[in-house]
Amino acid sequence: MNKQIAIEMKGVTKTFGSVIANNNVDLTVYKGEILAVLGENGCGKTTLMNMIAGIYYPDAGSIYIDGKEVNIHSPADAFAHGIGMIHQHFKLVDLFTAAENVILGNSSGERYNIARVSGEVKQIADRYGFRIDPDKKIYDMSVSEKQTVEIIKVLYRGAEILILDEPSAVLTPQETDRLFEVLRRMRDDGKSIIIITHKLHEVLSISDRVAILRKGEHIATVNTKETTAEALTEMMVGRKVTLNIDRPTPENVQDRLVVKNLSMVDIEGIKVLDNISFTARSGEILGIAGIAGSGQRELLEAIAGLKPLESGEIIFNRPKKNLPVSFYHKSLSDVKALAAENKFHYEDGTPVDLTGMTNREIRALVNEGKILFNEDDVMNLRDKTPLQIREVGVRLSFVPEDRLGMGLVGNMDIVDNMMLRSYRKSHSMFVDRKRPSDLADRVVEELEVVTPSTHTAVRRLSGGNVQKVLVGREIAAAPAVLMAAYPVRGLDINSSYTIYNLLTEQKKSGVAVVFVGEDLDVLLELCDRIMVICAGRITGIVDGRTVTKEEVGLLMTKTDSDTKKEV
Amino acid sequence: MMFLDYILTSVALGMTFLLGCTGEILTEKAGHLNLGIPGIMCIGGASGCLALKYCYGMPGFFVVTLAIIASILGGALMGAIYSFLTVTLKANQNVTGLAMTTFGVGVTKYIMSGMAIDATKNYLYALEYFRAPFAKSTTGLNSWGVMMYLAIAIALASAYVLSRTRVGLHLRAVGENPATADAVGINVTAYKYGATCIGSAVAALGGLYYIMDFMGSVEAYKTIEALGWLSVALVIFTLWKPLVSIVGSILFGMLYLASSIIPSLGINLGMSATPLLQMLPYVVTIIVLVITSISKKRENQPPASLGIPYFREER
Repeated sequence: MNKQIAIEMKGVTKTFGSVIANNNVDLTVYKGEILAVLGENGCGKTTLMNMIAGIYYPDAGSIYIDGKEVNIHSPADAFAHGIGMIHQHFKLVDLFTAAENVILGNSSGERYNIARVSGEVKQIADRYGFRIDPDKKIYDMSVSEKQTVEIIKVLYRGAEILILDEPSAVLTPQETDRLFEVLRRMRDDGKSIIIITHKLHEVLSISDRVAILRKGEHIATVNTKETTAEALTEMMVGRKVTLNIDRPTPENVQDRLVVKNLSMVDIEGIKVLDNISFTARSGEILGIAGIAGSGQRELLEAIAGLKPLESGEIIFNRPKKNLPVSFYHKSLSDVKALAAENKFHYEDGTPVDLTGMTNREIRALVNEGKILFNEDDVMNLRDKTPLQIREVGVRLSFVPEDRLGMGLVGNMDIVDNMMLRSYRKSHSMFVDRKRPSDLADRVVEELEVVTPSTHTAVRRLSGGNVQKVLVGREIAAAPAVLMAAYPVRGLDINSSYTIYNLLTEQKKSGVAVVFVGEDLDVLLELCDRIMVICAGRITGIVDGRTVTKEEVGLLMTKTDSDTKKEV
Repeated sequence: MMFLDYILTSVALGMTFLLGCTGEILTEKAGHLNLGIPGIMCIGGASGCLALKYCYGMPGFFVVTLAIIASILGGALMGAIYSFLTVTLKANQNVTGLAMTTFGVGVTKYIMSGMAIDATKNYLYALEYFRAPFAKSTTGLNSWGVMMYLAIAIALASAYVLSRTRVGLHLRAVGENPATADAVGINVTAYKYGATCIGSAVAALGGLYYIMDFMGSVEAYKTIEALGWLSVALVIFTLWKPLVSIVGSILFGMLYLASSIIPSLGINLGMSATPLLQMLPYVVTIIVLVITSISKKRENQPPASLGIPYFREER
């Protein structure tokens, strides 16, 4: 093939302080090709692209466009050279229409006329097969429409080289397919497309060539046709990695958590969960699939007692184990009253009689955990406080986009973060630091957390290690139900598989695992059953072993009421 | 007081609000909540009057033009100080704005009380020029001076620029989402400085208008601050739309003067009711706030980044 070079990077190096983000990277992109840039988190792929897009300026090395050396100091320079980058987080003004966003910042000499711009946007859309209404406001648009606006924005400015940063992260499989079709059409039109991703199957399906980065260095660029997923992973990680998730058949399955007709409204009165009913079973992983923001977060928060329900029941069938009354933080008078009603028993099963005891004696009995509740094994979590729900063994580990937002305090060390969950258990006026410290040591050791010590502030650990600490702490409490939301968010392949294995371990030990994931391929490999939600409603609960990706994808965007129930 | 008179006076008073409000809208569209508007309006009046002191004896046209230019410069200077603190140094906008108001009111008192000694010669001589060219009479439609028409023209021009031009589109983008504006190559800092300084200059004219046209008295400068706060409230009332603010300012004028018309309608409220009636504009603003907060229509909300300093992402 005799192809023209569109952009060439020679010996590009970029450092941030003492960290080398890119070291002596050479990269060539031809006209009319799709190049995938592949690498683990923190390998420097985004930094490299940001240097082409004018966000960073390289410390050393040079960039050539059409054979001429260029200096790209700002995004405006990049535009002038025909380079357009579509960021992962869209840069659009919500209140403006698509056309207004497209024309924004474009200071060509022509008179400002939004109707003309709308027409031009339509033309570009028709040429490449986008579906878009130029006069629609951004806040009315779906994620994929917003992405379309971003792409048209760079095309409108005459971009010849397009960089897409993880474009499929927010799309359903169908939307991704449509995007890829458009990208192929643009390639055939002679444009160069660079796509950053860490989804291997996408790399294999869309790209012509793959450039692999590892720890800031360019490892190799290979033709997609001549490579396999295994070979790419090996180059990416630097050693052989097995990409199989162990999925043993569930054993000793019991209904653990039964959610019935749960509905919830948000602060603005909009229904975020609508009549949700499902069962989470012990020894099983229940996956929750759906486009981001379909109500996954709200559902888990409702179960954990963090958000009030509008209606519905959450029935928790507790594994047979009665809890000490001390867990419920009852006052002394409450304890006496409950004892009179015959609500307590001792560990050996004999009933508790507190008559004739001094307050001090009663308090000692309670604090030592000798008095147990005669509670039913079935309880409705709806009436319980978040603390009680946690104590009976329903644990939530939620990893938000910024990783530290919920569950861990960034400036505190690992031990202190462990203590956040246990400080109530010490009975003196001083906190017990011994047990949290032991737990921290255990988590660090068993989960291979890379940290200088357990007294390092969590914020200074890398993303994967932070998530291991978070998940590890919840697992350590030996939960009956473990809810993990996005536990692998932003993690590289290696760390992700560690987390998947952790979840499978929990499943084997009889825990009911609820896993909210983003990557459909993983959900299909890991989960026993998959519940799909769309706009706050369940659109189907399917068997993870037999369902196909396309079926799940369809359910993710289904809006009509006929739901699919197979399991 | 006759009813027609009441309406005409309300319109005239409303122009003070209109200038202050248009200036604040321009500033807020760039994402900056300038609570210094009352102080800036005071400074606008003071600097205009200061110029008049040195214009004594000049032809009327020059007198008015120079006073307006001085007022614009005074306001723009205040705007520049505010921008430097909030845009460049990223200081808290509320605190900075309140400080500007305190500062402006204080400086104005100092300047104006000094000139009050021979006010007629120092600045009040120019009253007749400000009421020109339409009439020199002080009542009825004919009393409307040149600055009233200027106020309406500025409001119309602002509405046109904001909705129909590239500059307006960019300015709104800066106020809605500065990171996006920055990414497409709009100079966010320049727009913020520009909008704040121009907005302050427009608001400053409100102060000059109030002293030299509407009131025309030595004591006038003392009540500007209160009107300044009403102008800020008017911005919320008009939902950040300069066209609505023309009607809104007249309504505010009528509400503010309601205490003067009600007794003539045969209702006797007594002296103590006057201050209560003067609260009416604020009550109306609160009602509007409640309604718009309930309706949640995106177009009726304040600019999304209002009050939030913009830090360019470094990594």
